[in-house]
Amino acid sequence: MPNDDLPASGRFDVAIIGAGVVGCALARRFALAGAKVAVIEKAVDILDGASKGNSAILHTGFDAPVGSLEQACVAAGYQEYLEIHGRLGLPLIKSGALVIAWSEEEEALLPSLMEQAHQNGVTDVEPLGERAMRQLEPGLGNGARAAFRVPREYLIDPWSAPFAYLLQAVENGARIIRGAEVTGGERDSDGWTLQTTRGKVAARLVVNAAGLWGDLLDEKLIGGRDFHMKPRKGQFVVYDKPASKLASHILLPVPNKITKGVVVCRTAFGNLLVGPTAEDQDDREHALLVPETLEALKKRGEEILPALKDHQVTAIYAGLRPATEFKDYCIKAHDRSYITVGGIRSTGLSAALGIAQHVLKLAELQFNPPVDPVWPTVSNISEYFPRDWQREGHGGIVCHCEMATKREILAALDGPLPARSLAGLKRRTRVTMGRCQGFFCSAELAQLTDGHFDRPMAEKAQ
Amino acid sequence: MTLPQETDILVIGAGPAGLAAATILAKTARVLVVDREATAGGIPRHCGHYPFGMREFHRLMKGPDYARALVERAVQAGVTIATRVNVVQLEPGPLVTVTSDAGLSEIRAKIVLIATGVRESSRAQRLIGGEKPGGIIPTGALQGLVYLEGRRPFRRPVILGTELVSFSAIMTCLHAGIRPVAMIEPNAEATARWPAALYPRLKGIPLHLSTSIRAIEGRERVERVIVDGPTGMQAIETDGVIVTGKFRPEATLFDGSHLEKDPKTGGPVVDNFGRCSDPAYFAAGNLLRPVETAGWSWSEGVAVARSIEAGLTGKLPAPATQPVTLKGDALSWVVPQRISVPSDGAHQRFQLRVNRKVKGRISARVGGVEYASLSIDTRPERRISLPLPPTAQPVEIVLEAK
Repeated sequence: MPNDDLPASGRFDVAIIGAGVVGCALARRFALAGAKVAVIEKAVDILDGASKGNSAILHTGFDAPVGSLEQACVAAGYQEYLEIHGRLGLPLIKSGALVIAWSEEEEALLPSLMEQAHQNGVTDVEPLGERAMRQLEPGLGNGARAAFRVPREYLIDPWSAPFAYLLQAVENGARIIRGAEVTGGERDSDGWTLQTTRGKVAARLVVNAAGLWGDLLDEKLIGGRDFHMKPRKGQFVVYDKPASKLASHILLPVPNKITKGVVVCRTAFGNLLVGPTAEDQDDREHALLVPETLEALKKRGEEILPALKDHQVTAIYAGLRPATEFKDYCIKAHDRSYITVGGIRSTGLSAALGIAQHVLKLAELQFNPPVDPVWPTVSNISEYFPRDWQREGHGGIVCHCEMATKREILAALDGPLPARSLAGLKRRTRVTMGRCQGFFCSAELAQLTDGHFDRPMAEKAQ
Repeated sequence: MTLPQETDILVIGAGPAGLAAATILAKTARVLVVDREATAGGIPRHCGHYPFGMREFHRLMKGPDYARALVERAVQAGVTIATRVNVVQLEPGPLVTVTSDAGLSEIRAKIVLIATGVRESSRAQRLIGGEKPGGIIPTGALQGLVYLEGRRPFRRPVILGTELVSFSAIMTCLHAGIRPVAMIEPNAEATARWPAALYPRLKGIPLHLSTSIRAIEGRERVERVIVDGPTGMQAIETDGVIVTGKFRPEATLFDGSHLEKDPKTGGPVVDNFGRCSDPAYFAAGNLLRPVETAGWSWSEGVAVARSIEAGLTGKLPAPATQPVTLKGDALSWVVPQRISVPSDGAHQRFQLRVNRKVKGRISARVGGVEYASLSIDTRPERRISLPLPPTAQPVEIVLEAK
């Protein structure tokens, strides 16, 4: 059974609790700043909470509340992603977005949304009349009236990106401790000693990046909380790859006060997704898929792109956004040794790198940055860039729907951040994520993953 | 092995249909069969039970023995089989791009036969609610795990569906010491014919008719399913869900190719000679439609081989593209979808299916004049067939439900 190293003796500079997209970006930022970093994750693998289900869009922040911390972090995170994605081997699909009005009332709101974009520094938005809009997206349904284009809204790979952030942190000395839940902690003269289910971790600074559990973790560690989690569920329907031909831009609705609304867009993996819903719930753990809601999403998808009715659904998923009673992010340095990073809602993927910059500043700690930091490269699994199966020596294709090769799978089971569950392997390689959902490749996968997972895919019969 | 760059016949898919055709064609032509799996033989490789082989070998065989025998017969006939080769593109020519451990390469052929079979539709396609824990798998995956790998993905699963394959799932479970706790069918009757429908009762597995799965619960592994049936909602404690049947042709290769697909079958559009919309490409077996037995697919491979032989010697009639249209919303599909001169083709009759339990009369018409009819009292997944028209003309197949 694979094991992450148990915490060594000695003190870390920073202990980050939670290996979601925010925790991964924080780990990278602190490691590159020269800090000795530990990342503590309660699940057996990373990206297991809110970060496992989002819309995979790199937002400019054009529609964020003006002057908000969210807007600042999204803008900074966006900029940094553009700067680093090439070196880390991460994809960027320059799709652009259209914000589409489907009613007279929505059409009347377009100018103020464009004004808001300008105030947020996104000055290249352009209004489109119905004709110009349909020239760009001929597949749009009859109800579309007008739009504006946000040329720099892009698509990214929602799992390879945080994986690469954490991988770079680890390659630069950070330690990841998975399967370790923080059960308590005590302050001492030099910071904290955290108790986890896998032992003690001492650190000068603790950063709470526990996502959906952030408020409860604050209660546990500092005896109070500034916000209450109000998980907001988003359900998605994913169509098979041929449907990705139906739209080139990210198709956004006019947002309302609660949600950005149902988006239709391609994914980095060459599918087309429709979602999310926005459903408040108390449960932080379970994101239930509801057949009627999925049907309604399909119907909405077919109103936006009528040709969708002839396409096949390949996947359904639901994610939980860690929303709170506040509209903005809840990022706060309680003192020099404890920072809470909470309420990172749907924009977390875009904002993570910016949040990390912001938190590093809040930390007011001095380190010695590595002179020549390591820049690892991740294997591309986006459909829009060259894949492993196009190169020789891949060992054969194991997952035929997603064209995941044996070489890719073995690499994801190995290295400094190996997959420790089927879900983790899926996010690294896309195995079983395609149209057959494991019909063809389960047997071989069970054999290849033997001894690598916390719980084997299938036990050996006696 | 090094893949040839050129061959007479390229067969994509080493299952019963592809191997049957390849074996016959190897007598007169160079035949290369490529398959993406590590082992040739197709789906029967992991159906570790009877009955296979009566048509082909005149004896009762288990799936894996049957698959091996098909491969052996093809190799003896001179067929070259290359496994772990994935086709990635089909182009006019015919020109086929593949990838293997050696990377990308191109294969030119005089004729390409596509026989890539079917897969079951997934939990996602059926929009089944709940969570996404481990342990929700199609029968194909179960059989692979049990018969190819000697594994047990769960101990007491529920089985969704009552098609023939669903009973194969029961047999697979019992073989591996897995004890299904329930069989769930949304319709009021089992889909498969008697006596298969009696099998679960015989094995003491409760059959829940008119029941659907509302939600699958469990975070890491399946813990229970919530079902909605005649007595209301109830929870069934279980550790897995076998999502069976509702097959779809494995026709992904046609997306993004120049070849026409039929949205009704989900497979390619073919004429009565088994030719696709590009007549240098042929198709046979379960790729044509969901779903038939291995023996039936094998017969189609044999029949299409004759058409291909005729094609190689220039004896096939030019493809006329007289369409076949369906009228009546209970009709789900028809094969072939195009009629060229209707003599001695691979398909001697139309194959049809309905999408619900229906009684009535089906008639086949050309120019508004009926030339054949049939009284039916049938259900989904049951064979229905009608004769081809006497001449190459547009055909209308009409179902009048009672």
